[in-house]
Amino acid sequence: MTATTGSIGLTARPHPREAAFSIALLAAALVVLVTLGAILLILFQAGYQAFARYGIQFIWSGAWDPPRELYGALPAIIGTLSSSFLAILIAWPVGFGIAYFLTEYCPRPLRGPLGVAIELLAAIPSIVYGMWGFFVLAPFMASTVQPWLTETFAFLPPITNADESAGFYWFSAPAVGVGLLTASIVLAIMILPFIAAATRDVLLSTPTLLKDGGYAMGATRWETMTGIVIPAVRGSLFGAVLLGLGRALGETMAVTFVIGNANRVPDSFFAPAASIASVVANEFPDAEQGSIKLAVLFALGFLLFVVSFVVLAFARLLLRQGRMA
Amino acid sequence: MFHVNTRMLLKGARVLAISAVAATTVAGIAAADDITGAGSSFAAPIYTKWAEQSGAQGGAKLNYQSVGSGAGQTQIINRTVDFGASDAAVSADRLEANHLLQFPTCVGAVVIAVNLPGVDGSKLKLTGDIVADMYMGKIRMWNDKRIKAINPGLKLPALAVAPAYRADSSGTTSIFTDYLGKVSPSFKDTVGVGTSVSWKAGVGAPGNAGVAGAVTNTKGALGYVEYAYATENHMQVAMLSNHNGKFVAPSSASFAAAAAGADYTADPNMAVNMNDTAGDGNWPIVGATYVLLPTNPTDTARSASVMKFFDWSFKNGKPAADQLHYIMLPEKVYDMIRSRWSKVESNGKPVYTAAK
Repeated sequence: MTATTGSIGLTARPHPREAAFSIALLAAALVVLVTLGAILLILFQAGYQAFARYGIQFIWSGAWDPPRELYGALPAIIGTLSSSFLAILIAWPVGFGIAYFLTEYCPRPLRGPLGVAIELLAAIPSIVYGMWGFFVLAPFMASTVQPWLTETFAFLPPITNADESAGFYWFSAPAVGVGLLTASIVLAIMILPFIAAATRDVLLSTPTLLKDGGYAMGATRWETMTGIVIPAVRGSLFGAVLLGLGRALGETMAVTFVIGNANRVPDSFFAPAASIASVVANEFPDAEQGSIKLAVLFALGFLLFVVSFVVLAFARLLLRQGRMA
Repeated sequence: MFHVNTRMLLKGARVLAISAVAATTVAGIAAADDITGAGSSFAAPIYTKWAEQSGAQGGAKLNYQSVGSGAGQTQIINRTVDFGASDAAVSADRLEANHLLQFPTCVGAVVIAVNLPGVDGSKLKLTGDIVADMYMGKIRMWNDKRIKAINPGLKLPALAVAPAYRADSSGTTSIFTDYLGKVSPSFKDTVGVGTSVSWKAGVGAPGNAGVAGAVTNTKGALGYVEYAYATENHMQVAMLSNHNGKFVAPSSASFAAAAAGADYTADPNMAVNMNDTAGDGNWPIVGATYVLLPTNPTDTARSASVMKFFDWSFKNGKPAADQLHYIMLPEKVYDMIRSRWSKVESNGKPVYTAAK
C-alpha cells in the first residue's frame, strides 16, 4: 500500500488534483483500519464485564454452567482451533491435488468447466452445507465411516492423565454422527474451493521456463513438482492455505449444525464440541441486555478476533521466513 | 456403501416442515391489526393452529416466531414483539421490573423419543433416574443391566446411548431438567436446572425440530421433545415410570391426569409445576406454557388484539388442542386470567375487557 502511494508521489508532478487523489486513497485505506479497531474496541468494552468477573482465567477455564453463571472460553477455543486445523489437514492435500491436476494434467477442454465447478462450491450458502452435513453426512458418518475408523485405529493408545479423569481417546467413541470430525469434514469442503483456486493461480504463475527446464533435463512430472514447482512457490502456497484457515475459524451456521454443540473439551475425534462462533449463535437469542451472559458472548467474540489474528499473524510470519529461506 | 435412502431424507424433510409450519405466519411487515409474538417452540404448533382458525373467523393475524423461550423472554423485555411466550415461568422480580403480566395458556407434555433398531421404542420402559444417568454419561450402553432389569421382554442391542439435547436456550429443556432434577439429586447438582444447562454427555441440536432430527438420524439416540413434534415425525416414544412407580405411555389421558391437580391460585403470577405428580395414570413430564404481556403497552390496540386472540382461543381452542395433544386449562382458570387482564392499562384504564 505504502509503495503504491510513494510511487505516485515520485512520478507525478505536484498537482492539487493528485494531492486530493492520494488523500482519498489514504482515507480509503484508513476506513478499514479504523473499522477494525472500532470493532475490536467495542467487543472488548461489551465483554469487559466478563473479564472483570472471571479474571484472565476466563480464557482457560473449562466451565460452562449457565444456571450457576459460571463461564469459561477454553472448550470453545479448543473446538474452534481443532476443527479448523483438522479441516486444513483434509482440505490442503485435496486442494493442492485439484490445482496441480488442473494446471498440469487436465486435458485443456476440461480445464474451464472443472475450474468453474470447484469455484461453485464456494457459492453454496453455509446453511445448505449445514443441512447437508446434518441430514446426509452425519448419518453416513455414524453408520459407516466412524465404525470403520474405530476399528482401524483401535491400536492407538489413549493419552490420559494419571487418574484417567481426562484424556484423548482418538477414534474410540460412540458413533453419533455429529461431532468434531464431521464438522471438520464439512469445513474442509467449504474451504476447498478457496484453497484450490488460490493454489491454481499460484501454480499458473510459476515461470514456464523453470518447468520446461526440468522436463528438458528428463525429470518426471513428480520430480518436477517436488523438485522445482513447489520450492519455487512455497511461500505463496502457504498463503492459499491461510485464505482457507481464515474462513474456517469464523464459520458459524454450518458448524452449529454438525459440531454437536457440547461445551466440553473434546476427548476424541468423534466427540461433540463447540466453536466460539457456534456458542455465540446458540446462546445469543437468550442473552438479555446487561446480563453477564451477554458480556460473556461479547468476550468470546473478542477472543475469536484475537485467536484469528494470532493464528493468521503467526502463519504470515512463517510465510515470510519461508520466502527468505 | 453410501446408502442415503429416500425414507431418511423424507423424515429429515418432515422435521424441517414442522419448523416451517411454525414460521409460516411470519410474513413481511405486520399490518396495523396484526399481532406479533415470539418464544416457546413448545407452544408454537398450538398457537399457530389457533391463529389460523381465529384468523379464518376474522381475528387478528398472528406473526409468531418460534425462537425458543429464552429468546421470547428477551424479546418481550426489549419490547420488540407484542407478547412473549415461555415455558419457563419468569420470577416475580423480573416480571415486576419489566412491567409484565404472566398467564398460562395450556399444558403440554415432554416425551422421550428413542431410535433403537430392532426394538419397538413404544414398548421401552425407562425411569427418570435412568434417563438422568444417560444424560450424565453414567449409563453408556442400551444393554445396561438397569435398563434390562425393567425391560425383560425386549432384546436390547449393545449400542451406545447417544443423548440429544437442545443447543439453544429452551423452555422444553427447563421442564425436562426440572423433572430430572426432582428424581435425581445428582443431576440437579452436576447438570443443573434451567433453560440452558451444563450438559455432561450427548450432542446438542438447534430447536425441537433439530432434536427430533438428531434422534431420527442416529442409532441409539434418545431425545426430549414436545409431544406434537414426536407424533408429527412418527417417532417412537418410550414409557416412563411416574411418581407412583407405575409405567405410563404418553397420551392425552395421561397428560390430562397430570394437569388436573395443578393449583393456579397458589402463585401470584400463576406459575405451576406439574412435573412428577402423584397419581397412577399421570405422565411425569408435563408443563404449562405461559404468555408474557406488557402491563404498560405502547400500542394499546395491538395489546387488546393479543388478549382478544387468547380470549377467542380459550373459548374455541379445544378441538385444535385435542388434535395436537395439548391440554386446555379448567374454565375457572381461564376466567381468572380474563379478570387479571384488567392489569394491562393505559392512562389508568384497562385496555381490554373480556366479554362474559
